Amino acid sequence: MKPSGEKPRLAVWKFSSCDGCQLTLLDCEDELLDIAEAVEIAYFLEATRSTRAGPYDVSLVEGSISTPHEVERIREIRRDSALLVTIGACATAGGIQALRNTLDHDALRASVYPSPQFIDALATSTPVADHVAVDFELRGCPIDKRQLLETLAALLKGRKPTIPDYSQCAECKLAGTACVMVAKGVPCLGPVTQGGCGNLCPKVGRGCYGCFGPKEGANTAALAAELAKLGADRRSIRDLFGGFTAGAPAFAEERRRHER
Amino acid sequence: MSDSTRTISVEALARVEGEGRFKVRLEGGKVVRSEFSIFEPPRYFEGLLRGRSYQDAPDVTSRICGICPIAYIMGASQAMEDALGWQVPRPIADLRRLIYCGEWIQSHVLHTHLLHAPDFLGLQDSIQLAQSNRGLVENGLAAKKTGNLLMEVIGGRSVHPVNTRVGGFYRAPSADDVQALIPELERGEALSVAALEAFAGFDFPDLEMDYLFVALRHETDYPITEGRIVSSSGLDIEVAAFPAHFEEHQVPHSNALQGATLDGEPYLVGPLARFNLNADRLPADILALAEKAGLAPGCRNPFKSLLARQVEVIYAFREAARLARAYTPPEPGFVEGPLRAGTGHGITEAPRGICYHRYEIAEDGAILAATIVPPTSQNQRQIELDLVGTVERFHDLDDDALQWRCEQAIRNYDPCISCATHFLKLDVERA
Repeated sequence: MKPSGEKPRLAVWKFSSCDGCQLTLLDCEDELLDIAEAVEIAYFLEATRSTRAGPYDVSLVEGSISTPHEVERIREIRRDSALLVTIGACATAGGIQALRNTLDHDALRASVYPSPQFIDALATSTPVADHVAVDFELRGCPIDKRQLLETLAALLKGRKPTIPDYSQCAECKLAGTACVMVAKGVPCLGPVTQGGCGNLCPKVGRGCYGCFGPKEGANTAALAAELAKLGADRRSIRDLFGGFTAGAPAFAEERRRHER
Repeated sequence: MSDSTRTISVEALARVEGEGRFKVRLEGGKVVRSEFSIFEPPRYFEGLLRGRSYQDAPDVTSRICGICPIAYIMGASQAMEDALGWQVPRPIADLRRLIYCGEWIQSHVLHTHLLHAPDFLGLQDSIQLAQSNRGLVENGLAAKKTGNLLMEVIGGRSVHPVNTRVGGFYRAPSADDVQALIPELERGEALSVAALEAFAGFDFPDLEMDYLFVALRHETDYPITEGRIVSSSGLDIEVAAFPAHFEEHQVPHSNALQGATLDGEPYLVGPLARFNLNADRLPADILALAEKAGLAPGCRNPFKSLLARQVEVIYAFREAARLARAYTPPEPGFVEGPLRAGTGHGITEAPRGICYHRYEIAEDGAILAATIVPPTSQNQRQIELDLVGTVERFHDLDDDALQWRCEQAIRNYDPCISCATHFLKLDVERA
């Protein structure tokens, strides 16, 4: 228990990622100064040079685990954190860089870097939960600002965040968006993807590309069969499941089934 | 303190996007060794793109950086259109310039107000700044919010927009939605002028460096999405000629790939380069504001990049309002044409400087090879030289103050380390 009057300590950590999910916190322009008053920002390198050692009440973790050093660092952060919340597709599914998991890492490394021996990276990019216990996950590439605020508010009050677990398909129904697959024959991951982004892609006539990852119990095989009926070839089905949440088991499995 | 041997280092650099560190060794007032290095893990984007459809390049490469996704989306789209021979009509090109203004605003204001300004006031962060000057922080947040809103209205969301594609946009936003932004854009310009005036009162460390400036230059406009590549030494080439004039060198002390000209000369990209090479493309009243704030064409003080960035914020608000007033939705929002095998190049002015893309595609549109050269990898060698200049100029400061001054010198570049990393060697020493 904290002595009364002391603010909860928030830390924000970055692993292998693009910074976009951390940026989502700085993009809460209307709430940022209130957040800074409600908590002590104890570690957040993207925002402040002042840091303090743990323990921390809440750690937000962005990014996947893709180097030996990161494996060590996430364990230390877990030890120092009462609650550990992973934010975004990299931290929760390994990110786009998890595509390397099914490639020859040495060949990939040599194809990008002239002196690959100096690149100290793992052959895989994996979610944080593969390495340490995670208390709560926020999906998305990037995460949704409203979901982030709900999560912070809930954790500060000691309740469970209310985050929808229905599919993107349901978001279309709720928003009254015409089905892009039915109306236009556009391949869409909406039936198997967790909602929460705000129905962004179908709203502009584009198929969902799965950045919130598979919803629980997703029937990816049935969707893949429908996509094939629409005329999608094996490569495009493989790459549709091989997006920003390619490492999530349901999508990784469907992608494997469509490898040439 | 100049007779002693001192090592100044910071292990995890704050207030930059991504993670980096630097080390400078000083002997008798002279720098004998400096290293600015990156410990961002590599993510192999160029390798991951191989075999995927040309359509995937904008969305996949946007994940290189969550702060400047539009730079990657537009550079990749233009390179693919170049490879395919598709011509994007002016209304679609204008809509691209409009969303790009949103990215300049949010990225620049984040840096000038929240990340860089605290250095000039001896403050740890924008939270402390909000305690001493809440108005400045609130105005910055309001301006940044408008930049993000502009990206959301056109792109669907501000971090990794979804409405963009090779050829244009999935669906052009309505004229009503775009024009509803005009009052906020006008207010944003006014807020940004006030901020420039506040920044003009900062105490800028007195340092001048020799720079080779490189930026795009357009026939009539301040460069964002289009132009030829020009430099302060008279270079004037088309975008496709980038690899014939610039390359990345390997240097022995850090195993880092760093941008340089083919002659091995370091160069500078970003707001200061753009301003110095294109000041005559700014509206006269905005140039006058810059000069009044202490930023005149020819400026070689890297700390004044803060002013250049803020001047560009004013310009981006002005330009966005102009484009919004003239906007009618292109229908359809994109062009398409037949696929063909080919090679294409694309360069746009990311907030941090020119960002180069090159792709080779097969007859069916599959990507055969990808090359991306982000601004921070081009600037990396110049950042090191600035550190040397900063340490030699200010070596009388005590260790803590000198360390902070060095951090500030790196933050002059708003270094987007996530972007640069997949090109840079990690600083790993092996026995």
